[in-house]
Amino acid sequence: MSQPNNFGFGEEEQMLADAAARYFAEQLPVDQLHKLVADNPDPHRDKHSPWAEAQWREMVELGWTQLAVPEDAGGLGMPAVGVAGLMEQAGRAAFPGPLLSTLCSTYVLAHCNGEGAVAAFEAIIEGHAITLAMTDQYGSWNAADTDVSYADGSLNGTACFVQDANRSDSFIVSARGPNGIGLYWVSKGAAGVAIACDAIVDLTRDQARVSFSDVSAVELSAQGTGQEVLDSARPALLMLLAADMVGAAEWQLQTTVEYAGTREQFGHSLGFFQAVKHPLVDLMIMIDHAKSLVYNAACALDTEPENALQFALMAQSAACDAAAYGCSRSVQYHGGIGFTWECYVHLYFKRQKHSEMWLGDGAYQREQLAQLLIEDRSIA
Amino acid sequence: MNDARKDTQEQADFRQYCRDWLNANAPEPPQVRLPQTPLEIMTTEQMDYLRPWQKAAHEAGLVGADYPEDCGGGGRNDCQRIANQEMHAHGTPFFPNVIGLGMAAPTVFHHGSEELKRELLPGLLSGEDIWCQGFSEPGAGSDLASVQTFAERDGDNWVINGHKVWTSLAHFAEWMILLLRTDKSDKYNGLTYFVVPIRSALGNGVTVRPLIKITGETGFNEVIFEHLVVHDRYRLDDVGKGWQVAMTTLLHERGAGTLVTPTAGGMRNTKGESTSRAAMASALIALATKAHRNGKLASEDPVIRDKLMSLFIRQEGLRQSQRRAQVQALTDHPMRIPLQGKLLMTEIQQESAALALEIEGMASSLYLADENAPESGKWPLSYMNSFGMTIAAGTSEVQRNILGERVLGLAKSK
Ligand SMILES: Cc1cc2nc3c(=O)[nH]c(=O)nc-3n(C[C@H](O)[C@H](O)[C@H](O)COP(=O)(O)OP(=O)(O)OC[C@H]3O[C@@H](n4cnc5c(N)ncnc54)[C@H](O)[C@@H]3O)c2cc1C
Repeated sequence: MSQPNNFGFGEEEQMLADAAARYFAEQLPVDQLHKLVADNPDPHRDKHSPWAEAQWREMVELGWTQLAVPEDAGGLGMPAVGVAGLMEQAGRAAFPGPLLSTLCSTYVLAHCNGEGAVAAFEAIIEGHAITLAMTDQYGSWNAADTDVSYADGSLNGTACFVQDANRSDSFIVSARGPNGIGLYWVSKGAAGVAIACDAIVDLTRDQARVSFSDVSAVELSAQGTGQEVLDSARPALLMLLAADMVGAAEWQLQTTVEYAGTREQFGHSLGFFQAVKHPLVDLMIMIDHAKSLVYNAACALDTEPENALQFALMAQSAACDAAAYGCSRSVQYHGGIGFTWECYVHLYFKRQKHSEMWLGDGAYQREQLAQLLIEDRSIA
Repeated sequence: MNDARKDTQEQADFRQYCRDWLNANAPEPPQVRLPQTPLEIMTTEQMDYLRPWQKAAHEAGLVGADYPEDCGGGGRNDCQRIANQEMHAHGTPFFPNVIGLGMAAPTVFHHGSEELKRELLPGLLSGEDIWCQGFSEPGAGSDLASVQTFAERDGDNWVINGHKVWTSLAHFAEWMILLLRTDKSDKYNGLTYFVVPIRSALGNGVTVRPLIKITGETGFNEVIFEHLVVHDRYRLDDVGKGWQVAMTTLLHERGAGTLVTPTAGGMRNTKGESTSRAAMASALIALATKAHRNGKLASEDPVIRDKLMSLFIRQEGLRQSQRRAQVQALTDHPMRIPLQGKLLMTEIQQESAALALEIEGMASSLYLADENAPESGKWPLSYMNSFGMTIAAGTSEVQRNILGERVLGLAKSK
């Protein structure tokens, strides 16, 4: 199969992206975001982080949270490029809510053929937020390294680094049983589920350890099939996160360019100096690469699935690089003010550092890609 | 295959025609070693192989497809792209008259009189006349508008005195596009643009001296003008408008112009190996799976693997950005991606060559004349030549200035 020249980014996709950009600009401009999530700078503040619950509810009403649910499961079945467009805008707004988690869960569910998947899709359509609980105590990027076990219909153990744990209604848990990895659906309120918040750097995210003690679970994907499901969903997960990071990096670029255009030293605006100008150009180029690779990966998900992983690894590697550079340059070129809690760049700095690590950093993606391209030589 | 999907009827017919013609008429590989790019053509043997190829391709309509027929063109609509794709796919040699095709032709076309176009373009397109570009001077490089080579009016003529450098292909050139100062009191409005027959004036007002490149090859020259007399009919556009005309040249030189430059091949070297960008990346993987490093294959070394993949990703990123530039909804500033092209293409090429040297290790010390040199010493040559590309046609630093100022809107550097 081959991709359409325009990445399949048509009128509907553009309308959604425009609507999302407008929505975030009106409903969650950065000063409001800062008031909401950064009200308490104390490093020892309460671990529960405030979030945009009202906006999340509105997104449910707008149908954005069920965009990726397949049509035959009752959802909107939007092509992945459209979802990427929304995610890019959410990243640009540093949206503090379970949108990324729920969209990621949707793509995992799409590969599950257990009974439970149908019910989980229905829950998403009704407005539930679902998140992935699959990381072990060491933060392994391979979801098969789970610390949760499954036996006789119930789950025991702890999933670490669970995103949006408090903001979600249920979890997709990866657990090891006697016959291998399976995936299970657990409601947050189920008996035996305990959530212990992490105290994290990122002010826009929520993260926790989720423990399961004899929790009865709905099977989404039988023992021995979980790894395959997660592998199949990985390109979509990487693409969604990369889209979020590209949006956030563009905010970092535009905000820093604006500052470099107004702040004057030595009789010139900062942007006059090439030690500022050239790195900002390099950041722009990195963002452009990452963004192009995100849309290529998104388009591949629907039109060229055999190459989706390769393209998604490229997108995430590029997004991590752009994010890391965007973080360092945006703080540095704001000078002293950039080092304060008051300046908004810290919100994005912290979000991007968090994102860089969640599904594996750039070097990790490149090693995965090397295994594909050098060892498998599956290159066109 | 991919390219054919969106063809108009005219393009589809022309594509088929190009394929048929190339199958029957593409030239045999040369007996002489060809340089990596046309800018390093050194010998008449090389020229004698390349010139007839351009002439044949022009006669067949594959060069100048979109130019009007009375200018020696094919009078087609947006068909040069098609010919280029087919010639690249076929792996033909490159054209020798690169500066003519890429820079002089669009400039003459946009700024020359009808008479001049009809006089000059046919010979340019056929390669009968090789062209060169006399812009840079010892004192004027990145700051091109400071050129000092002077043209003084003398009735219907102009008298030219001064010194141009780095003039690629001047040693073969019949014609030169020439940026001259006609007024010393105004930096930008004191420039005027000419086309000048230099071959006929050799030893009679024009001296061409070869300069030797970092690689040991020649290909560019210095050109001295001493009282060269040129008729006013060879002026392009008005006196004092030279800077605006030069912008047309530079835009095309950097691949952002309106007319598609006829380009062919260069895709296969003398041994018939493909040198396209995608092929270059897999060539590097192939190299790494052969070269040894620290007791194992270079392809098993984590640092080499990381660098290889970074390069791969940047190449794919560039390719996808060029695709995205065509989708208005996914771009904000219309020049944001096009203006990155020259910078990225040349820097990626440089990185590729640098990485190849790293992979080859000690073997990268072996140069062209060494019978043990991997790939005949191609990579050390490529690495050195890559700096020509990041310096010529607006250095990488100047490209970053342009991007920062024109796209990001940052203050203009001095
Ligand atoms: C292989 C090759 C072929 C060429 N062919 C031709 C030809 O056919 N015709 C022709 O006219 N010219 C030709 N050139 C010349 C080329 O256009 C110039 O070399 C180029 O414009 C740079 O000018 P310069 O060499 O004087 O370097 P300089 O302008 O002196 O630059 C030296 C260094 O300073 C940096 N620099 C300069 N200004 C700035 C600034 N404002 N901000 C930041 N950094 C800056 C540059 O980036 C560079 O790194 C060729 C050059 C090469 C290498």
